[in-house]
Amino acid sequence: MTARKYNERNENMQVIKSNSITFDCDEKGMTLNKLHPDTWVDSYADYLFNYAISRVSDTEIAKDLVQETFFAGLKSAKNYKGDAAERTWLIAILKRKVIDHYRKINSKKGKAEVRMNYSANSDGEGDWLEEQVADPFSSFENDAIENEELGMAIYDCISKLPKKQSMVFTMKTIRGMSTEDICKELDINPSNLWVMIHRARTALMGCLNQNWFKI
Amino acid sequence: MISCEKAALICNKTQYREATFMEKMKLRLHLFMCKACAGFSSKNAQLTTLCEKAHLKGLSEKEKLKMKQELLKNNQR
Repeated sequence: MTARKYNERNENMQVIKSNSITFDCDEKGMTLNKLHPDTWVDSYADYLFNYAISRVSDTEIAKDLVQETFFAGLKSAKNYKGDAAERTWLIAILKRKVIDHYRKINSKKGKAEVRMNYSANSDGEGDWLEEQVADPFSSFENDAIENEELGMAIYDCISKLPKKQSMVFTMKTIRGMSTEDICKELDINPSNLWVMIHRARTALMGCLNQNWFKI
Repeated sequence: MISCEKAALICNKTQYREATFMEKMKLRLHLFMCKACAGFSSKNAQLTTLCEKAHLKGLSEKEKLKMKQELLKNNQR
């Protein structure tokens, strides 16, 4: 990221901070959770996006849903009681948004047209029944569920990393950017990058260890 | 003979297919002798498999910035 972009970002953050809504819920002397909308995008965007994409399987729609979730969260921030963690609360909103999305596309207008495609991606003709029968040996469904949980677990762990490390790790691993590009964008040298990658990977191994590694 | 730090670096590079042939040979030799690094290497490879298996999809920094701006606009309204 260039210096200019960074400044722009920090300015934005400051404006968000200045009129952010933070509620003190310590009336009963308990340490309750608080909302910090200024950190939402950095902390939860990827996590929520991963959740959304596994349900709507369209990048643009998933992105919109996440954005709408943030809006809705901001709007109903006063209803946040602080008994659930911030992220749990946001996921709950996102779940509603996903349901709403499916409701919308299955609304009256959608139902009026008879949609009976032979298959989702082609209009070819063929042996319907034979192709519609589920393969009893397919482990596809189970895999899909497990992979989704895995994805959430990984994002969970990434969100616990320091900002710079998580940024480098996501750029390298998830977005598959080349070392040079990352170095240019973040203005660091390659050995620096590898140190951060190493730290991030070690931390992730520790974080994922109990549940996901078979040793 | 390479040090464990060097081995770890090469191991990380291997995860992203950026290690040269010579480096990989050096790593092999080191792993043959150093059990600690062998353990690390196998875990590291597993982490790569897990990340691939999860089909992780993320938002770019640009998209996140846009989200922040939208959120800000919405907040001021």
